[in-house]
Amino acid sequence: MAKLDVELKVNGEDYKLQVGSQERLLDTIREQLKLTGTKEGCSVGECGACTVIVDDQAVNSCMVLTAQVDGSKIITVEGLESKSGLHPLQKAFIEKQAVQCGFCTPGMLMSALALLNTNPEPSKEEIKTALEGNLCRCTGYQQIIDAVEMAAEEWGG
Amino acid sequence: MAFKHVNKGVKRVDAYEKVTGKAKFGADLEFANMLQAKVLRTEYPHAKILNIDTSEAEKMPGVKGVFTARDIPNNLFGVIVQDQQVLAEEKVVLAGDGVAMVAAESEKEAAAAIEKIRVDYEELEGVFDPLDARQEGALKLHPEKDDNQVIHHPLRKGDVAQGFAEADLILEREYTTQFIEHSYLEPEAVVVVPNEENHLVSVYGSIQNPYATRNAVSSVLEVELAEVRVIQNHIGGSFGGKDEVVSAMAARAAVMALATGRPVKMVNSREESFTESYKRHPYHLKYKLGATKEGKLTAMEIEAVADSGGYACQTPFVTWRSVVQATGPYEVANVKTDTYGYYTNNPYTGAMRGYGSPQVIFAQESLMDELAEELEISPVELRKKNMYQQGSVTASGQKLDRHTVSLNEVMNKAMEAIDYKKKYEQYSKKQPGDKKRGIGLSISFRGCSLGAEAIDAAASVIQINKDGSVAVYSGLAENGQGLKTIFSQIAAEILGVPMNEVEFKELDTSFTPDSGSTVASRATLIGGNAVKDAAEKLKQRIIDFSADKYDLSAEELALKDGFLYDGQGNRLATFADLTGEMGNSGILMSAYGWYKSPPISWDEEKGCGNPYFTYVYGCQIAEVEVDTGTGELSVINMAAAHDVGRAINPENVKGQIYGGVMMGLGYGIMEELELKDGVIQGTNFHDYMIPTIKDMPDIKPVIVENPDPDGPFGAKSIGEPTLELGSAAIANAVAHASGKRIRSLPLNLERVLIGRALHKGGK
Repeated sequence: MAKLDVELKVNGEDYKLQVGSQERLLDTIREQLKLTGTKEGCSVGECGACTVIVDDQAVNSCMVLTAQVDGSKIITVEGLESKSGLHPLQKAFIEKQAVQCGFCTPGMLMSALALLNTNPEPSKEEIKTALEGNLCRCTGYQQIIDAVEMAAEEWGG
Repeated sequence: MAFKHVNKGVKRVDAYEKVTGKAKFGADLEFANMLQAKVLRTEYPHAKILNIDTSEAEKMPGVKGVFTARDIPNNLFGVIVQDQQVLAEEKVVLAGDGVAMVAAESEKEAAAAIEKIRVDYEELEGVFDPLDARQEGALKLHPEKDDNQVIHHPLRKGDVAQGFAEADLILEREYTTQFIEHSYLEPEAVVVVPNEENHLVSVYGSIQNPYATRNAVSSVLEVELAEVRVIQNHIGGSFGGKDEVVSAMAARAAVMALATGRPVKMVNSREESFTESYKRHPYHLKYKLGATKEGKLTAMEIEAVADSGGYACQTPFVTWRSVVQATGPYEVANVKTDTYGYYTNNPYTGAMRGYGSPQVIFAQESLMDELAEELEISPVELRKKNMYQQGSVTASGQKLDRHTVSLNEVMNKAMEAIDYKKKYEQYSKKQPGDKKRGIGLSISFRGCSLGAEAIDAAASVIQINKDGSVAVYSGLAENGQGLKTIFSQIAAEILGVPMNEVEFKELDTSFTPDSGSTVASRATLIGGNAVKDAAEKLKQRIIDFSADKYDLSAEELALKDGFLYDGQGNRLATFADLTGEMGNSGILMSAYGWYKSPPISWDEEKGCGNPYFTYVYGCQIAEVEVDTGTGELSVINMAAAHDVGRAINPENVKGQIYGGVMMGLGYGIMEELELKDGVIQGTNFHDYMIPTIKDMPDIKPVIVENPDPDGPFGAKSIGEPTLELGSAAIANAVAHASGKRIRSLPLNLERVLIGRALHKGGK
């Protein structure tokens, strides 16, 4: 099958890639770019483990074909930490014990990042709405909410 | 006692890897020359296999091997009863049994080849209800057995006939609970590498119990345990679920890896995970309860029938916990309990957080509220009249005097946290409008660790390197619950070093000592004691060396903050210099730790003895709002008070409480695996709903600490108690609000409103 040429900017780096017409963004990220921080939990857009940021929007990368997002800017969990250290969200997730098994964590971080990028002072309800598509079976969500609130404060302040 | 690391909300030692995406889970692993494999699973719940034709599949592109039961050296495995097939040979007993498998260059090629395998079946009649399976003359699932009974546990105390004769009131009620899915976020994944570093096979992946998986793989391959190495990777949730199903997966991958001479990776899709994994046992529960008009319980007669599905799996032990705990934490002089498990052609059932307790607690705590209503006394008063006190004797005849019996304390603290008394009074009055509120509670006692299921012991190794850094190895496994952090805290506390000097090493069965399975909320209690033992041995060695070196008595010396101090608080040396000097002097700076539980006993014939050496106590309270017009049910607030002995890490304990309460809420009001003649009707999260962040009530966790004489620093258990209480508390709150008593789980909206489910297949 003919491959398509796409260009992506992932975590600040430019990539020129060849992808199949039916290749999911999730597969491109995990298999071509070897960024395995993004997880596959259900493959039908229900669990949110594969959430990444595409042009400022949190999306389920299992539901998007890579060819559809040609030319986009993408952020994955690997793009959060910078030379100056951990992102405030990452620090807050550690500080508030918002991590247990850690499988939902990358997706949670991405959904929270998309929220704070557009709404730096979210209410508890707005946090819940932003994270509604991210399932977690371990934490009961409370410490994740605490972490997003802490990151918002730190970011804003 | 003043602690430095223990009893503190120390940050998780594995959090950095997990927030940066660096943590490698099973599906993230890659090895050179690796193949991918897929399994063909049957759609029939019960059928004879007449013929399997793999010839077309073998010709498919990329295929390196197609395998059936004939290729498996020993096709039967199981932790308790060896009745589970790696691949079905003559017949399938549940929809989802594997019948063949393919290893290929890519996952797509393996999946395409699976489609080309032709299997001829002769469909057989099935049995889909354990109440049918137990009938005389019922169709037998496993022809080599006498009947479909997996297990029967009796318990007899006093004389129930006499007890019922003394009663002023006798209630008889039946309750049922449902199949549910573990729903760990990470589907199962393993990679098996052949002939790596003197091991016949190395197994990597999301494995809850590396030693159980090693046992299964070695038995299936018919090789010695030493030839099988299991290395645990980060595991994306388990809750009891990644045991037998992952062992089967590892055994299959091992067979293919040896046949092809190449690493073989298997990753389940969510649908495959739902189809193949074992579930929580559904129970039919019959309770008969006698009480005086003052509310004193006189007798209890209980029958609990569990659906084991196609295999025995953990049913013998799950139903054993039920028989021990079936009366709840109440003094009853006359008890007759029988718990049973039966084979059916349903999905098989195994370990899931709670392990036979959530079912009986739902029944017995619902029943206590029903009795309170009949007697017109408050649910709290009825419980306080009957619940275990210090020195009480349980249904099995065990005197509770070795630890603090704290039911009264957990109940009072939970009530305080949610303002129970005020709300109970308020909601007991007539409420205008469709929206009615109610509040309900439940309490439990829970045996810690394995109890009389098996020998209960664990080991650890601690090694102090010459630079003073400390490596901790344990035979118990991190499952996401925070074990690495807890064990590191215990080591740091004893050795007096900062947390960042302690490194917890991954579990590798080739050098960590076998400590059994990470189950039964036993890790902190049993494994924590083993870590403490190793650390104390090393500490003693360091103190003895220092006493000699500085000519001081051992009592004057202390290890703290990475230094050695004398009695006046002067720093004598750094931990690193001191331990480095010891290492250079030829002193062994590693130690094994070992802990074996205090004696326990069980008479299986009579159902009596001391089944667990200690217990934990908990109380959960739910406040709900029910819309009697639409049937909408909202859980608004929950309080959860748990006596953990000592919280090694209070923030982790809270995490366990929040998570357990939400899992209990899912069990109570949302989750139900729909089956039609043994076939699961929805195999992904759009059909099977688990609680989202929007379903959260406001949860108030209350940590109660009564240090246990046998726990490390007094610590006991928290993982499982958190989820066993919620469904009963919510059921009681719904009854309080609506006047409707629902005796089956889940308490879905339709049941509240019209007494039945609206959706297809729902009960």
